[in-house]
Amino acid sequence: MDPKQLSQKAGELAQKAQSLAADLGGLASDAATVATTALPQPAAGADDGQFVFLFTVFVLACFVGYYVVWQVTPALHSPLMAVTNAISSVIIVGALVAAGNQAGFELPKIFGFIAVVLASVNIFGGFIVTERMLGMFKKKTR
Amino acid sequence: MDANISAILYLVASVCFIMALKGLSSPTSARQGNMFGIAGMVIAAGTTLAMPGMISFELILAGVVIGGTIGTIIARKIEMTALPQLVAAFHSLVGLAAVFVAAAAFYNPEPYGIGLPGAIKTASLVEMSLGLAIGAITFTGSIIAFGKLQGIITGAPLVFKGQHPLNAALGLLLVALVVWLVTGQGEDAFWLIAALSLALGFLIILPIGGADMPVVISMLNSYSGWAACGIGFTLQNSLLIVVGALVGSSGAILSYIMCKGMNRSFFSVILGGFGGETAGPAVGGGGEEKPVKAGSADDAAFIMQNAASVIIVPGYGMAVAQAQHALREMVDMLKKQGVTVRYAIHPVAGRMPGHMNVLLAEANVPYDDVLELEEINRDFSQTDVAFVIGANDVTNPAAKTDPQSAIYGMPILDVENAGTVLFIKRSMATGYAGVQNELFFRDNTMMLFGDAKKMCEQVIQALD
Repeated sequence: MDPKQLSQKAGELAQKAQSLAADLGGLASDAATVATTALPQPAAGADDGQFVFLFTVFVLACFVGYYVVWQVTPALHSPLMAVTNAISSVIIVGALVAAGNQAGFELPKIFGFIAVVLASVNIFGGFIVTERMLGMFKKKTR
Repeated sequence: MDANISAILYLVASVCFIMALKGLSSPTSARQGNMFGIAGMVIAAGTTLAMPGMISFELILAGVVIGGTIGTIIARKIEMTALPQLVAAFHSLVGLAAVFVAAAAFYNPEPYGIGLPGAIKTASLVEMSLGLAIGAITFTGSIIAFGKLQGIITGAPLVFKGQHPLNAALGLLLVALVVWLVTGQGEDAFWLIAALSLALGFLIILPIGGADMPVVISMLNSYSGWAACGIGFTLQNSLLIVVGALVGSSGAILSYIMCKGMNRSFFSVILGGFGGETAGPAVGGGGEEKPVKAGSADDAAFIMQNAASVIIVPGYGMAVAQAQHALREMVDMLKKQGVTVRYAIHPVAGRMPGHMNVLLAEANVPYDDVLELEEINRDFSQTDVAFVIGANDVTNPAAKTDPQSAIYGMPILDVENAGTVLFIKRSMATGYAGVQNELFFRDNTMMLFGDAKKMCEQVIQALD
């Protein structure tokens, strides 16, 4: 093979490689679009797994709640209600996402804002009133 | 923030909330428990704020400042006697917040990874409807409970014909609407579910009478937890599910304890119509007028001074008259004179679980002087004086002896076994259950007619 043929062949190969690379790029972007469109709606099987997992958490948490709450002394049932009220406002995590994940003033964002306000009233109010109540329970001073 | 890290931080927050409830097993560890609760909330909110995709914080800041200020002011100013109303009002806010989070997730599901607007996953829609419906019921139900406790709405049960069939029909309609929402993904269905649930909340709580409020308020406490759970499933957030389950089971247990304290089934309370002015004629009294022995504050002071031991039985009447401070002063004077004084609390005394304990604590009564029914009930027979202040039904022996009585089977404080029973009452009117208390007519009973607070103050003067 003389140098001329060699360089010609090398040129052809380079061209082929370039077109392959272009194909690859196309494929990659295709894959990316497939992946992104598939992401919000994964296969049904994966979804069921998620539900079963969350349901497991739920049932176990119910048992934990059952045993912990029976240990609460009846004298502190009022503070128990106040503090459970405060912690159930952890629903604020859903509100924070709604209020903070987009710019502008879309409807969902306003909903999120309102929920943040409501939950904040509860969180601050609930913990403070619990603290006030608990501060009043004193042992005999003798 | 990496998804695994935030999941672990959520787990830490969940553990903090469990510790918060565990702390309440004793007054000594309770305040530490509250700190755990606050820490859990800070971790939960902080983790969420640090998640990728969070880009705008102005509204969040504004919301927390507005809500936090309102909450702080209310919680600092509130009178302890108004606690049941406050808790009911707070429950309504959790319910409404759940409704708005569900709405936000419905219109913008992408950030929660549950689909696209108009194409939300079926499971998520079902869970969302659950959170929405329970939240809306909690909201209006708590508003009614608040109105009844505050005295804005009559405490008497509001019953009308066909009430239960109507509620059942609305319940079925609700299920149909959920099906429509899941198949059609329409916003009409979403808002109809909200509206119907709001109406149901009103209808469920209106027929329940004032003194069943301890059950109602615990039940709404439970509902607010289940609403959080529903939202947790919708958003696939295990923290919300754990907290919702904790709160839900806590409220359910309190409801159970309150029902047991009244010997009523949960369903009979929910169906409502018990108590109030229309509760029917007094059972077991026989109708004849028997003489009662009325006494003065001086008599009461004399009897208690000369007693070795006194047990105080407070009830809702003490809360209404704000008599807890005067009562504690009276007890202090008796103690100075060498009398042993303790307090006996019936599980359903007052308008919410533990109401009496908080009021007595507010008046600086040491908590080891305050005993529960099972702890103290045997001691009445070795006690010289039982001093009943603003309680009636919870001391009525008819609960043990008269199977015809509306309160038959209810556990009672056995004040009848004490040497002398002193009743502070405004009049001879029957208690909430509409049942005459035969104790009033016994030889060893003395009635002290008047306002609970004034009577305590007069006894204090007489003791001087």
